[in-house]
Amino acid sequence: MATEESKFIEVQPFSDEMVLSMGPQHPSTHGVLKLELRLDGEIVREAIPHIGYLHRCFEKHAENLSYPQIIPFTDRMDYISAMNQNWGFCLAVEKMMAADEKFSGVPERAEYLRVLVGELNRIASHLLSFGTYGMDIGAFTPFLYAFRDREEILLLFEEICGARLTYNYIRIGGVSRDMPPNWLDHVKNFIDYFEPKVDEYNTLLTENKIFIARTVKVAVLDEDMAINYGITGPNLRGAGKKWDLRKDEPYSIYDRFDFDVPIGHDIPRIGAVLGDCWNRYKVRMDEMKESVRIIRQILNQKIPEGPIMAQYKAVRPPAGEIFDRSEAPRGELGFYIVSDGSVKPVRLKAKSPCFTALSALQELSKGLMVADIIAIIGSIDIVMGEIDR
Amino acid sequence: MIIEEIQGLLCEKFGEKISPFEADAVHDSCILVDPASVDVICRYLYDDERLAFDMLMCLSGLDLSPEDENLSVVYHLFSDVHLHKVPIKAVVSKENPHLPTVENIWKTANWHEREAYDLFGIVFEGHSDLRRILLPDDWEGYPLRKNYKEPDIYRGMKVPY
Repeated sequence: MATEESKFIEVQPFSDEMVLSMGPQHPSTHGVLKLELRLDGEIVREAIPHIGYLHRCFEKHAENLSYPQIIPFTDRMDYISAMNQNWGFCLAVEKMMAADEKFSGVPERAEYLRVLVGELNRIASHLLSFGTYGMDIGAFTPFLYAFRDREEILLLFEEICGARLTYNYIRIGGVSRDMPPNWLDHVKNFIDYFEPKVDEYNTLLTENKIFIARTVKVAVLDEDMAINYGITGPNLRGAGKKWDLRKDEPYSIYDRFDFDVPIGHDIPRIGAVLGDCWNRYKVRMDEMKESVRIIRQILNQKIPEGPIMAQYKAVRPPAGEIFDRSEAPRGELGFYIVSDGSVKPVRLKAKSPCFTALSALQELSKGLMVADIIAIIGSIDIVMGEIDR
Repeated sequence: MIIEEIQGLLCEKFGEKISPFEADAVHDSCILVDPASVDVICRYLYDDERLAFDMLMCLSGLDLSPEDENLSVVYHLFSDVHLHKVPIKAVVSKENPHLPTVENIWKTANWHEREAYDLFGIVFEGHSDLRRILLPDDWEGYPLRKNYKEPDIYRGMKVPY
């Protein structure tokens, strides 16, 4: 009888499933991100992101600080592209201040300086993304090249504002200080040196056989899904959508420059399809060249002399609310500000592009292999400081 | 399409559920809608060809002051087809902050609603996975409410430093 019974063993259809915690301390999660992976062997059934390890309630802090005091906090959101974060916040406050007649508007010279540092920071950010992405999936060398060149940009920033990572350079109504003598020559030297390097990196990593095998056709994010998830920036452009706020809703003085918006393509030669990891990565490589083009145009034009700071009495935006967005290296950075006419905001919400990009991970990673998770996280290029705020 | 026209279309369709339009002369104006039918209104905004709001740029909770008895949820919508934007606002009471989810219209809302729940305590009915997202699961209270007091002790650690 006992032997009869033992024939029938209760089998759970998913008894092979295993739960694996990846992170929070993991080198390829780009910060402190924990992924709860439900695995069937090597296959990922579900990947649930757990975030909040870097949460410091930026929005609550902001309610207790005056507008200029908030700028250093924006530095610490996306610390890889702090200039663009400063800029996004200042743009929103300036838009509110525009109704204040004592506010004279941002001077021309400051606008040029902003575009200059903004684009340099975009290159630095994409370089870091390129270097760490290579390292994540096993190519250590590109990382060293990327950091060598990023260092040059950090030195330029150190010269202009004294800081290497958290700049607090772009202020409400202008920039904190004028450029030092000969700074433009240093920028020109860097641009001359850097421009051919992008092609070198393309031969080093982009066309690398192993890299292609790891990224091509992995985690295809199509345009409709990207828009439904609210994904913006290089991730959306990698899906083939030509959308860049610098071009389509020009702010600052971007309408004066001639540049292209790189998008992803189907490339039969290597098998890449629109919206896969490879295309998302490639868009960033192409964007570096476009940033170089913009910087070169500034260097060729004459930067107007004059003040670098607007005239105003105090930053007291008239009561009301505003939502403004700008193109940061990782996508559209939005700020929702509610003012009651005092020196502090009633509410400040930062809409982080990485936050929406990471929310798509759960759907993107279904049915892929564990190793592909690393490829996805690198390709959507997240910075946890901005997600957790 | 400008906000007055969008407001007109919504009034035509939903009548009383849309509050009369109050233009803000200085900054962005909002369309104030009935919180209980946010999902139906958003579905219309998404589906109608003239509106086609296919992107939710931002979803934020809002608490104006400690004395205020209400919380708001603001939806910033953008249409990739027509390139127009509109902010939609729904006001709920602090006593009973419930409103339907829009997660099945825009997936962006999934995490953003979790964030609004986490920091404001706004409950989105029908949300698939309404948990805290930024704060630890056992945290008490909703920090972005204006009358929030942080706990003295959290897991044996002193909180105010």
